Amino acid sequence: MSFQYAVTSSQMKKVQDLPNFQVGDTIVVYVRVIEGDKERLQAFQGTVIKKRGIGTSATFTVRKISNGVGVERIFPLHCPSISKIEIVKHAKVRRAKLYYLRGLTGKATRLKEKARKVEVVIESTPEVNETTEENVVS
Amino acid sequence: MSGLLGKKLGMVNYFTEKGQSVAGTVIEAGPCVVTDVKTIEKHGYTAVQLGFIEVDEKKKKLKKPLMGMFEKIGVKPRRYLREFREFKESLKVGDVVNVGMFRVGEKLKVTGISKGRGFAGVVKRHGFGRPNQSHGTHEIFRGTGAVSAHTYPARVFPGKRFPGRMGNERVSVINLDVLAVDVKKNLIVVKGAVPGATGSIVELRRMEKQQ
Repeated sequence: MSFQYAVTSSQMKKVQDLPNFQVGDTIVVYVRVIEGDKERLQAFQGTVIKKRGIGTSATFTVRKISNGVGVERIFPLHCPSISKIEIVKHAKVRRAKLYYLRGLTGKATRLKEKARKVEVVIESTPEVNETTEENVVS
Repeated sequence: MSGLLGKKLGMVNYFTEKGQSVAGTVIEAGPCVVTDVKTIEKHGYTAVQLGFIEVDEKKKKLKKPLMGMFEKIGVKPRRYLREFREFKESLKVGDVVNVGMFRVGEKLKVTGISKGRGFAGVVKRHGFGRPNQSHGTHEIFRGTGAVSAHTYPARVFPGKRFPGRMGNERVSVINLDVLAVDVKKNLIVVKGAVPGATGSIVELRRMEKQQ
C-alpha cells in the first residue's frame, strides 16, 4: 500500500460520510469558524464547478454570485473544519469543469436539473449563522 | 543529539489539529540497531553509531571488513552506518531504536544529501536576476553580467559567485515539526520539505533547544 495512504488514511473522511455530489450540483458547505473562543457554522451555497485531486489533497470549487460579484471558494474535500455538505439540487452537465460559467451572468448560468433524488432544501438565505455545539456533526 | 536514520518516501497533504492543510514529508525511519558506542575515555567524544536497512549476508552486499565487524558484534549487517553525537538515551551495542523515540510536536533537524543540479548558472545557483529582456538587449539571457571593475582593482575578488556545480551536498533543515508518528509502520511525518530525492537516506535529530 502506498505511503500516502498509510499516513493519511486516518485523516480522510469515510466514503459514506461524504455526500455524493458532482460537478454542476448546487450544494451548501458548512464550515466551522472560530471567532475568539466561540465556534459557529458558516454556510456557503453555490454551484460545484470543479473537483480535483486524490487523497487528502482532493479539493472542490464552489461558485456563487454574491451581491452581483462572482465568488469562488476552494475547499479541501477532507478538511476537518467542513462540518457538513448538503446537496440542494443535481444538474445535468456535459463538462467536468464548468469554467464557462465564469463568463455568464443571470439566467444564462442556470443548469438543467437532473431527475434524481434530492435532499430537502434548507435555508434560502446564503449566509446563516447558527449556534455552536448541537449543530456540529463530526 | 538523539536521532535516527530514515528513508525519504515523499510528500503528502496533512491536516493539523486546527484544520489547516500543510505539506508534510513522509520518512520511513528506523528501526535502527546500535552498532557502536563511542565514549570519552576511549574515543575522546560520546556518540552512538546506528545501522539502518538490513542486508542479506549471503549476497555479499558489504565489504569483507565491514562484514567482519558485524560478525564481531553479533548484529545482522546493515547497509547504512551513521554516528549521532551525544545521544541522550544510554544505549549499548545491539539495542534497537525505532521511531517511537520521537513525539508529535517535537522539533527535528533533518540532514540529507540535496538533489544534484549539475553545472548550474548564476540565476539558479545564486539567485541572480536576469538581464533586461528588451531595450536592445541581445544574445544575453541568463548571463553572469559584469564580474569586476577594470583599472582598479583589475582583478576578480575571491569568492565571486559564478556558475558551477550545485546540489549533491550535505544539507540540514532545522526546526521541522513532527506531525505524526506511526511506530507500527515505522513512519514519521514532518512539516515541510526535507533535502534529497525520494528514496534517499536522511538523518533525523531531535532539536534540544531552539536555534
